[in-house]
Amino acid sequence: MLNSARFAAMLATAALAYAPISAQAQACEDLILGAALSATGIYAANGLNTQHGYEFAVKKINDAGGIQIGGKCFHLKIKYYDDESTPARAAQLVERLIDQDKVKFMLGPYGSPLTKAILPVVEKYKIPLVQGEAASRSLFTQGYKYQFGIVATSEKYLTPVIDMAAALAKKAGKDPSSVKVAMIYQDDAFSLDVRQGVIEQIKKYSMQTVIDDRMPKDLNDVTTFFTKVKALQPDVLLISGHEKGAATAARQMGEFKTAVPLIGVTHCEAAKIVSDFPKIAEGFVCPTQWDETMKASDPMFGSAAEYNKAMQAAHPEYKVVPYQTAQATAAVYVWADAFKRAQSLDPEKVRDALTKTDLPTFYGGVKFADDGSNPGKEIVMRQIQGGKYLVVSPADVAVAPLIYPRDANY
Amino acid sequence: MEQVIGNISVLAAMPIFNLGLLIDGLLVGSIFALAAYGLALVWGVMNVKNLAQGDFIMIGGYITWTLGRMGIDPLLGVPVAMVVLWGIGWVLYRTVISKVITRDLFTSLLATFGIAIVIQQGLNLAFGPDTQSAHANLPTLSFAGGLITIATTRIVGFVLAILLAIAVILFMRKSRMGQAIRATAQDSRAARVLGIDTEKVYSFTFCLNAAICGAAGALVVMVWNVQPFLGTTYSIRLFVIVTAAGFGNLPGVIAAGFGMGVFEQFGGFVLGAEFQQALIVLLLLAVLAVRQLQQRRVRQAVQ
Amino acid sequence: MSRTSLHPLTMGLLLLVGIAAPLLFPAYTNQVAVLWLMIVFASTWDILGGQMGYNSLGNIFFFGAGMYTSAVVQIGLFYDVGMYTSGARTTHIVFTTTQYFAGFALGTITGGVAAALLAVATSWIVFGLRGPYFAIGTLGVAVAGAELMASWEWVGAAAGISMPVFPGAPDTQKLFFYFLLFGLAFVVLVFLRWLYATNFGLAINAIRDDEEKAEAMGLHTRRYKRTAWTIAAFFLGIAGAIFGNMTGFIEPRDIAFPTTTFNIFMILMVLLGGKGTFWGPVVGAVVFHVIKEVTWTYFLGWQFIALGLLIVIIVVYFQQGIVGWLMEKYPERFGIHIAPKGKEEPASAIGLAPHPEGAK
Repeated sequence: MLNSARFAAMLATAALAYAPISAQAQACEDLILGAALSATGIYAANGLNTQHGYEFAVKKINDAGGIQIGGKCFHLKIKYYDDESTPARAAQLVERLIDQDKVKFMLGPYGSPLTKAILPVVEKYKIPLVQGEAASRSLFTQGYKYQFGIVATSEKYLTPVIDMAAALAKKAGKDPSSVKVAMIYQDDAFSLDVRQGVIEQIKKYSMQTVIDDRMPKDLNDVTTFFTKVKALQPDVLLISGHEKGAATAARQMGEFKTAVPLIGVTHCEAAKIVSDFPKIAEGFVCPTQWDETMKASDPMFGSAAEYNKAMQAAHPEYKVVPYQTAQATAAVYVWADAFKRAQSLDPEKVRDALTKTDLPTFYGGVKFADDGSNPGKEIVMRQIQGGKYLVVSPADVAVAPLIYPRDANY
Repeated sequence: MEQVIGNISVLAAMPIFNLGLLIDGLLVGSIFALAAYGLALVWGVMNVKNLAQGDFIMIGGYITWTLGRMGIDPLLGVPVAMVVLWGIGWVLYRTVISKVITRDLFTSLLATFGIAIVIQQGLNLAFGPDTQSAHANLPTLSFAGGLITIATTRIVGFVLAILLAIAVILFMRKSRMGQAIRATAQDSRAARVLGIDTEKVYSFTFCLNAAICGAAGALVVMVWNVQPFLGTTYSIRLFVIVTAAGFGNLPGVIAAGFGMGVFEQFGGFVLGAEFQQALIVLLLLAVLAVRQLQQRRVRQAVQ
Repeated sequence: MSRTSLHPLTMGLLLLVGIAAPLLFPAYTNQVAVLWLMIVFASTWDILGGQMGYNSLGNIFFFGAGMYTSAVVQIGLFYDVGMYTSGARTTHIVFTTTQYFAGFALGTITGGVAAALLAVATSWIVFGLRGPYFAIGTLGVAVAGAELMASWEWVGAAAGISMPVFPGAPDTQKLFFYFLLFGLAFVVLVFLRWLYATNFGLAINAIRDDEEKAEAMGLHTRRYKRTAWTIAAFFLGIAGAIFGNMTGFIEPRDIAFPTTTFNIFMILMVLLGGKGTFWGPVVGAVVFHVIKEVTWTYFLGWQFIALGLLIVIIVVYFQQGIVGWLMEKYPERFGIHIAPKGKEEPASAIGLAPHPEGAK
């Protein structure tokens, strides 16, 4: 049952990807955006989430009349290739989009490793790229001029947990330098960047790092790490390893009855730890780029809550709308805005318009710095409380206080 | 480096953790030993090196996971996975494996590699790329004031793996088919002359191996988790185990399976989890290098 | 050796095709450039796999080794490598034109040499191994390379390295790398044409046909095996250095040491074209690459199913390959046509018969 439904869904999306976007497009010309997205390989799940976000935005913008440039009407359309979750393939396909399909405007693939691989290509051809799916800070330090990223960079993902630990230590009358931190990261560009940010923050408070392990991306056993945790009894535990890392860690944490009062984990939603490990996951602090309770809105998609509702109506399979989908939608929206302001289809002019972007969206404000990043974007921390994700930080959007120590219940 | 020294000093200061790692290693090793036994069997009997071994394990895991989602206890997944994998093994034997037995050694490696790719992508299309795990809802036991914890699931996995291994070994010793398999492994031509249907023996051996992998996969999804592309990692481990022991040496394979489990635990603890993978491969190369030295000595004696 | 064995006409034609392709089909320059890379892969794999009968699963190791060596040299000449690859770096580094080309030239040569040296070093481990142990041992070398690079922070660990940016227009860059890869493929083919016509070619064929007998006849088999492995490694190292710069971003598991893609493709292309023949790898690479480029993107997730099935079908049913099949089917045309004229030429120089099958 499940299999055939999955197959059907795959085929349906495949058909969708290659069918013309809408029939009522006669009056308007197509404006093609290109994207290499993962339909196979390890990033396929989030590749699909990204595609849903892109398609949702395209439909919404086209239904609202498309984009008027110099008195002519344009409808957005996206040309996709499957990058097979491999960086080299992504780079080749982006080159193909530019060279053979003559695409002049690019959307991002899913994930930092793939984005890192395509940046030299878009830079070489001076083709602007707006991406909402790659958070590694190293993407923004190479001096690339044609990349615009709307997400909060990855070094911010787990630093709020360190801040929380410092604040809690102060409250308990202790010095933050007495806090012991244990952490494990998958060895990929994104997770290592998360680690970099955390290490800088640890230095700031002069806390002690007692464990600093990395896990290979094809390993599903981190018991040795939890044995060490048991031996060294840290005050803070940080885990960043995409969905496999989060799921593996949650499972083995239960087996080791790990009793750490504050635990930060990335990719909680994707790993479905609330439904798979409800007891163990209780009290995890998880970073997210976007939450439907956020106070952000725009005229096209409405508020975050309205976007959430519309997305769930379009894709009933989403119990929680992944932030990857919201980011993808916002990236297309940034393109539409840039076209309108540039009033041109010249890549250089559109790029100049992108640099001047100052756009409120349901996903949060977008305003690019010189390096192409969106420094105003903040990470929201949610804690799993009673099986629900509740925002606990930053203070101005928090809906619940942090529960500390977490209610470990194995 | 400091971390490595720190980790060693933790082990020295608190010897109880050595015991914890040892137990974990043995529990994990039992599953490796089971699957490695199947690999060695096929290797020894049919001279086929099955690079799809790890992917068979993943299929077993996904079968158990699917049953778990339908509300069936994952422990029951073990026999179901064995039966289904037996069937898959039979189909693969008929279509591919039977045609590569008589060919050179590299052919079976490549052909099973092709099968491995098909299985990986097939699982990805059927179940999606997410990591999945099944839960037997068994408690975790604590010893030594909570310093050593053992998940009952792992003990169950351990016991099942041992029982299965014993059953297979007894089968090989006592049954008529088992004798035929051993005879074929020793000398297939002589076996044929003596009236053994070697074709049937080959088919049976390959199916038996697939079923063993199915059982191992059911245990893997209960103890860790499965993902369509994780099979290769297991295949590499199993090859290291079998190569280290020498494929003709079945008790050695089982011992090496346990050894690998313990080795990984201690290696991962001391050096960090990031080296766990590299350690396995370096161990393989070390084993091969030692073999070289031994061979060289033999060769010089002959010359 | 003699000029006839180099087939000046065929080679001239190849040269013409190589030079004309980017001028006639400028939009496909990159795809054709990768095709030349594939030909280098297939032809160098065939030195061991086809001509010598040693099926390696680890040749990709030298590709990655060359790639990383060149990266370290190119960066290390002017900056501190650890600083350049560090995740904490926030400054932007630009290489001047002179820096780029000086680094690139030196890096590419060092890449080739380093790969060759590594081949000599690893030959000690792998060449006592026979049959499947050799295949698994070489695969072990390749995986170990990937894993070690992925845990070595100085070279960026698993996060990889963004290579220096080419100082020139996109079209110049495309042609630059195209002609480098084409040049490499051409040199490899001419070199192998010559090599297979020498006694060395005879010796490695003898190893393939019966290693014990070859040894008994007084051949230093180990020395020949090591040399063959080193030659393949040298060219692969250079190819890795060029490809790393062409891609612009290198990373251990999927770009430098892709054990399950490029590594398998090279074997598949050789089998498809015809193992142990001179033109087999070339034909296999062309057929495989063209089919892959034309159909791949339309398979939508089924391409790996197709790839797996293709491997199984070729290995089980079509192991003599296209050229092998032609030689069997039309011996008077293909057997003789590609054979050098003149009686003094050894028949093995053109690899008259593909590797005989059957368990050793």
